[in-house]
Amino acid sequence: MTAMSARRPRRRPTKWRPIVTGALAMAVAFVVFVVPFLFIALQAVKNRRDASRLNFAWPSEWQAWQNFRDVISERNYMLLLAYFNSTVITVGAVALLIVLAAMVGYVLQRRRSRLNGIVMALVLAGLMIPPAVVPTIWVLQGLGLFKTIHGMILIQVAYGLSFSVLLYRAFIATIPKELDEAAIIDGAKPLQVFFRVILPLLRPVTVTLIVVQSIAIFNDFTNPLYYLPGRENVTVQLTLYNFQSQFSSQMNLLFMNVLLVTIPPLIVFIFFNRQIVAGMTAGAVKG
Amino acid sequence: MAAGVGLSSADVRLQGRAPGRTRRRSPYPTWFFLPAAVIYGALFLLPTVASLWFSLTRWTLFEAEFIGFENFRQFFREPFLVQGVVNTLIYGALTSGLKTVLGLLLAVLLTGNILFRGTLRTLVFFPVLVSTIGVGFAFEAMMHPTKGVINVALEAVGIDGPGWITNPSLALVSVALVDVWKGVGLATVIFMAGIVSIPADYYEAARIDGATRWQLFWRVTVPLVRPATVTVVTLSLIGGLRYFELIWAMTGGGPGFSSDVIASVIYKQYQAGFYGLATAGNVILFGIIALVVLPLTWWFNRREVDL
Repeated sequence: MTAMSARRPRRRPTKWRPIVTGALAMAVAFVVFVVPFLFIALQAVKNRRDASRLNFAWPSEWQAWQNFRDVISERNYMLLLAYFNSTVITVGAVALLIVLAAMVGYVLQRRRSRLNGIVMALVLAGLMIPPAVVPTIWVLQGLGLFKTIHGMILIQVAYGLSFSVLLYRAFIATIPKELDEAAIIDGAKPLQVFFRVILPLLRPVTVTLIVVQSIAIFNDFTNPLYYLPGRENVTVQLTLYNFQSQFSSQMNLLFMNVLLVTIPPLIVFIFFNRQIVAGMTAGAVKG
Repeated sequence: MAAGVGLSSADVRLQGRAPGRTRRRSPYPTWFFLPAAVIYGALFLLPTVASLWFSLTRWTLFEAEFIGFENFRQFFREPFLVQGVVNTLIYGALTSGLKTVLGLLLAVLLTGNILFRGTLRTLVFFPVLVSTIGVGFAFEAMMHPTKGVINVALEAVGIDGPGWITNPSLALVSVALVDVWKGVGLATVIFMAGIVSIPADYYEAARIDGATRWQLFWRVTVPLVRPATVTVVTLSLIGGLRYFELIWAMTGGGPGFSSDVIASVIYKQYQAGFYGLATAGNVILFGIIALVVLPLTWWFNRREVDL
């Protein structure tokens, strides 16, 4: 980040230029990127009649709390169940992804073998090939995993592996091989080398992956739509979709729901803002 | 469990070689691949391979009756399915192109010396993290033909705004624009990293030779951010071609079938119980992505050699 600011030595010290460009960009960014979020927030606190006008008029009465309660208690507290399910799926899938992808990335980077070509081809195929939906359902049914939370976790792992492996592989290349060799000479078994020496050193990229993957999985709509139907399996994004028809005349509740669904990513973003950008770019460009 | 199986087979192999002791057991055991390979193989590779067969059948999930290429024939005979194919290409090209161009311009702006730089970076990136469905609903409301904020604002300056998502010839483009709004932050971040890794000396040298800002951009920045450009174009193209969440949230493929893409057609056929046809759609989507992305990657790599 500091490197960015140091990049362009100024030609002449024109003082007004950065200010004018910045202010102009800020004005445009406000309209383009802030106004839509203000719109969501504003509708969420209006009453039903005001919200149906879909405008920026000041609410005639504030009922944020009541809207909040209405959305939460809708259909027998479906949203709370959805938060629970989404959290279980996200935590489970991300934990598995981290360990499994790091193991693959580690051996893939360290060991020269004929397998590497095949593994890399499969990893890249995973980035490119769209998942075959109905055959996947068929396989899940065969394994007894269709419509189950663990099935959903494993699907998210399968779909997230390629990206995670690539990121780990690129990062492991920057860790000196002498480190694992020292541990091996001290008599460490492969698993010990990996869990005690390598995995702790992967922390920066692990944090990035946790952030990126947990947001992606929490926000995922398509996969739960296909592989996790059923009322008791509802996830956060699906509540929005399920409520859409029901709330078509209650835009205030729909947008309160949007607002509530946006809060977890917002929290993650506030805490890991720099980390996301730094880690993302490290992997993406070296890739 | 999977790990145990891998270990024992490694042991067997080791015993076979034990007398010569030519090769130590590697400290980087291949069985590390195994747990990931089992999940990936069962839930991604197997369905992908199976799709090649099931796309040739009339399929109820319990019984599959072989019907040859009938599903594919139907896909290219039904006008609305053909439109889905065309729309997929339009959507992919439009979103990928705009994200690349706007992302690069924003990255140049946001690595330059301007006021509010940190805040601007945050604002541009934030939509990437927000729920697609939520964004879709918000823009659907803002693009309402009469009440929507956008058209009300346009009216205030004397422009008669179009029916962004109610006009069949505009719906797909409107959704694509929202997609760009949501995704341009990621492209920007990747380009920013690319720009930052260009040594400052190059700019300095070019300036001493009297290059203008415009020339600096075209002759230094654009050629040297190539790796980032390749990443952005490829990722956004693959994403754009197989994506339907936003379309589903905003238009549901409508009005009519005017904003249907292959991915949404697959979902509709799946819902209707035409599993063979849905799977054929999947195979076609894969074919299109391969046909578009592989030559592109090849072309990018070739250009790299030229440089």
